Amino acid sequence: MESTLKLKEKGKNIYLHQQYFLREKSFTGLLFLTTLLSASIIILIAGFVFSEGYPVIKNGLVKMITGTKWYPLEGVYGVWPMIFGSLMVSLGALLIGIPLGLGTAIFLSELAPPKIADLVRPALQVLAGIPSVVFGFFGMTVVVPLIRNTLGGSGYSALSGSLVLAIMILPTIINIAEDSIRSVPKELKEGSLALGATHWQTISKVVLPAASSGLLTAIILALGRAVGETMAVMMVTGNTPLLPTAETNYSLLKPLLIWLQPVRTLTSNIAIEMGYASGEHASALFACGIILFVLIMVINASATLLIKKKVSR
Amino acid sequence: MKKFLTMFLLALVAFGSSAETITIAGSTSVAPLVEEIATEYEAKNKNTKIVVNATGSSAGVKAVLDGTAQIGMVSRELTSEEKAKDIKAISIANDGIAVVVHPSNQVKDLTIEQVAHIFTGKITNWREVGGKDSKIIVVLRDAASGTRGAFEELVHKGKRAVETALVSPTTGTVRTTIATTPSAIGYISLGALDKSVKAVTINSVEANEKTILAGTYKIARPLALITKGEIKGSLQQFIEFCLGDIGQEIASMDFIPVNKGQ
Repeated sequence: MESTLKLKEKGKNIYLHQQYFLREKSFTGLLFLTTLLSASIIILIAGFVFSEGYPVIKNGLVKMITGTKWYPLEGVYGVWPMIFGSLMVSLGALLIGIPLGLGTAIFLSELAPPKIADLVRPALQVLAGIPSVVFGFFGMTVVVPLIRNTLGGSGYSALSGSLVLAIMILPTIINIAEDSIRSVPKELKEGSLALGATHWQTISKVVLPAASSGLLTAIILALGRAVGETMAVMMVTGNTPLLPTAETNYSLLKPLLIWLQPVRTLTSNIAIEMGYASGEHASALFACGIILFVLIMVINASATLLIKKKVSR
Repeated sequence: MKKFLTMFLLALVAFGSSAETITIAGSTSVAPLVEEIATEYEAKNKNTKIVVNATGSSAGVKAVLDGTAQIGMVSRELTSEEKAKDIKAISIANDGIAVVVHPSNQVKDLTIEQVAHIFTGKITNWREVGGKDSKIIVVLRDAASGTRGAFEELVHKGKRAVETALVSPTTGTVRTTIATTPSAIGYISLGALDKSVKAVTINSVEANEKTILAGTYKIARPLALITKGEIKGSLQQFIEFCLGDIGQEIASMDFIPVNKGQ
């Protein structure tokens, strides 16, 4: 009697085990399917952009990248002013955004009284959720007149773009940097304090170096966002397809004066002209997309490389 | 689907059905308007098929002269040479472009030469045209825009626009840029004009429907159909349809209709 009961129990266990096994398998399969789908979408988009841009690319990629004249209706497609514009606006945004963002992240994770941190964090989350066209409108009605009235020119400039972008990348920098500072092991900090280091010495000499790979990730992701942003930048940079120049006797002032000139970024170039472009012109815009694609891939790859190097050291 | 249907119907025409085909060729600015009117016309006259080819004004005139098209479309005045060749032009709408500045700008009037010099970069300071001493900020549309094409043709006659100008993707952003920038100048189609910007008079003529119809406002162009010799039957009927209520209502969506105020 007893043995049959035991056997029954055993059979039930085997049955249950099989059921779990099947369920496990099917979930693995399902997740693999979703991964496949996401990956194939990326490949599809890349393939589409490359095939559309190819007719212009094959006529001379080097000439296109180094060309400084953009006369799309006359068949002259020089993209260098746009590459320069994209880099200038994005790097400017980093120059303004990194000190602000890292400062905020350090304050929130190490120094802020909980009440203040609880107030600031949701505010930053709202900042991250604002659509870019709203940032653009803010830039057009506040930042542009501000620059026009204080620094001169039309106000529609690379600097306006950098300022608006700096605000837009703040949440990215702050969130990731704060997380990486928080994930520094407590023992490191306690050890430093126990050795008699002050709070600031601990932060600058122990916590920040330990969190450096995370901080780097924050900066690189912010750069990627800055290079890819379209709408807000398009509304404030003036979109002149020309290499910005400035004439001054003071060479130190030159970068700032160039920053006050209007520029066009790769993304705005595509967005502005796509609506009317046809034939070779449209193809040239897709080629701009390819250049943008490669630019962002290079940024991401160099980030991965840098972080790996840091970790292995 | 619609394309296939048209092709199918065209095939029917080719194989000798009772339907009649009107071929219309010419200006790319007029073509979208005529195409829309033609769709309405076809819906009402099932026996007529209309084929519209956007080839450019001059090509349109040529096509009418050598008979490859029954009706041509032009978006400019006919040259005296063209006028001599038994061609009749019937204006179906007018296209006007206003030159706009910031409301606080002292400059109220510009000659068309001054406008051309400003947009090609010869005049760079408002002082040169009777305004304050400040640099002129030129705002253009994107390179392929129809408004920009018309403006460059009418005002700076094919010369390249000043390279350092700002570029706006839409008429709306041109207007906002002008409205918020004291020393800016730009152009928008007449239909988009509002109180946030000030339209300057050109050669002392204000830009409005009346002056454009009278031909005194210079940055405007007639959108016209042309025919050769006597016209009758369905051709006459189609042109009357363009000038009639439905045709002019379609025209008034993007342009200035010609029968206004008559």
